[in-house]
Amino acid sequence: MSKAATGGTVKEGKERYKAGVMPYAKMGYWEPDYEPKDTDILALFRITPQPGVDPVEAAAAVAGESSTATWTVVWTDRLTACELYRAKAYRVDPVPNTGEGTENEAQYFAYIAYDLDLFEEGSIANLTASIIGNVFGFKAVKALRLEDMRLPVAYLKTFQGPATGIVVERERLDKFGRPLLGATTKPKLGLSGRNYGRVVYEALKGGLDFVKDDENINSQPFMHWRDRFLYCMEAVNKASAATGEVKGHYLNVTAGTMEEMYERAEFARALGSIIVMIDLVIGYTAIQSMARWARKNSMILHLHRAGNSTYSRQKNHGMNFRVICKWMRMAGVDHLHAGTVVGKLEGDPLMIKGFYDTLRETRTPMSLEHGLFFEQDWASLNKVMPVASGGIHAGQMHQLLHYLGEDVVLQFGGGTIGHPQGIQAGATANRVALEAMVLARNEGRDYLQEGPQILEKAARTCSPLKAALDTWKDVSFNYDSTDTPDFVPTATASA
Amino acid sequence: MMTNPGNRLTQGQFSFLPDLTDAQISAQIKWALQHGWAIGVEYTDDPHPRNTYWEMFGNPMFDLKDPAGILMEINNCRKTFPNHYIRVMAFNATRGGESPAMSFIVNRPGTEPGFGLSRQEAEGRQIHYTVHSYATDKPENERY
Repeated sequence: MSKAATGGTVKEGKERYKAGVMPYAKMGYWEPDYEPKDTDILALFRITPQPGVDPVEAAAAVAGESSTATWTVVWTDRLTACELYRAKAYRVDPVPNTGEGTENEAQYFAYIAYDLDLFEEGSIANLTASIIGNVFGFKAVKALRLEDMRLPVAYLKTFQGPATGIVVERERLDKFGRPLLGATTKPKLGLSGRNYGRVVYEALKGGLDFVKDDENINSQPFMHWRDRFLYCMEAVNKASAATGEVKGHYLNVTAGTMEEMYERAEFARALGSIIVMIDLVIGYTAIQSMARWARKNSMILHLHRAGNSTYSRQKNHGMNFRVICKWMRMAGVDHLHAGTVVGKLEGDPLMIKGFYDTLRETRTPMSLEHGLFFEQDWASLNKVMPVASGGIHAGQMHQLLHYLGEDVVLQFGGGTIGHPQGIQAGATANRVALEAMVLARNEGRDYLQEGPQILEKAARTCSPLKAALDTWKDVSFNYDSTDTPDFVPTATASA
Repeated sequence: MMTNPGNRLTQGQFSFLPDLTDAQISAQIKWALQHGWAIGVEYTDDPHPRNTYWEMFGNPMFDLKDPAGILMEINNCRKTFPNHYIRVMAFNATRGGESPAMSFIVNRPGTEPGFGLSRQEAEGRQIHYTVHSYATDKPENERY
């Protein structure tokens, strides 16, 4: 759309600063000729304008409200280098399969550039206060979704990044060349510390690398945190001696205050735990604090994404999970739940690949197919280990390895603890299935096609695996994903 | 004797599977070579889970690209140390990796005594744990 179409931009002078209201697009928040700088922070929003609102004006309004603008002209702009501080919407594309002639109301992808100096170094809180602050309640847009961001190297270098990272985590665990295996203790609520540790011990001795507290296991009347920590570490050490392997249990240190979280984390450290965990709901600043603590104390930091689906699942409003992946890699967690493709929780395969690449690659190219709207250089920030958890079992091992790759923690909670022969047998079934599949992949076999035969053959010398395959062979979760990438193979015309 | 599934040390990628044949080991070597990883052979008679530095049976074979030649080195190590743990490692030198990419056991002693867990009671119900390898009660090279 040309400048003429929006009535011409007035960036300077008396005319621009006359008291009153003026369209955002005219105030300098729409610059179709703008060429983003390497140091700019870029954001891509999906905008559903209110009826009758021009998409360019809506995009300019989003740029304005997430940077310097307010509802009316203010003369105090003239005391600043305001051109620099204004975010600039520079491109607006219609979203494929929306608008006239489709079943969906019109939506637009708006590209917005922010100068680096709009943000405080090393602060996710500051970044998000602008990008997802007031603007999401803004009346001129009916719905708004933050789809993706490009974080410049200059900005990334002000963040610590993952406390440990995939490479060092593997070195500490002495485990290479295969996905790691975990399970979440079930039932999530009600077990006493003593009973809880039993589950941990059986699963680790049977062959898992990790067991995990669930997101809402903190310090409740049925089990206070100190008891849980003590019994879990007994289980971890006993299993380590029984197998000769390094083992771990994610001790959830989530609590009501930072002071309480530090106290729990310090206790986990004193007991020799290699890993602690936190929930996303503790907030960005608390996550960054725990990441610093983890780096200082040689601790792996697991993050459970509790709460994310309240704002990441619906396509027209909120934010895409890939943005959370980016912020959490900057904030400094080592593990992040990022979908299973085949399990019980939401996840389109292409989108999940975008999340996994974002967590694990040193550089990701633009790939609309995977929902990645920008090229992203990760500036040597450590890699985050994705975690696949929720409704997966040994019979899906070929699909899990194919879709999720090698650097991932596969968590089989029900698939371990619900095994008909017991928890140890459940763990063994998963480990044998995993090792058989990695062996076959490395031998160059078409393991995705031959997966069921590979598992069946491995089960001939492993009765726990046979029992697992018999129990869960028909279980799958085939529902349509609500969140899928919107793209057409050829580039869409610029608005 | 160890009482875990398989009654054996389960470090490495394939300890839950039946012992690999030479043909299976060769296939894994090819996988490593396809990725440009260098293969190293290491042995020990102290398999403690935190014994990181097993003895190297020579440096990683950066310039050897022939799976048969690498298998020969593995078998030389097995002949020299028939009662030790021997593992094959693959080293990835590419940026962002620069760490081992594979590790699997290809030889182990006839009997694996495993590990004991000693507990030292401390304040506030805390326990300090030490994993102890029974084999290391004897001097080096006299353990299995």
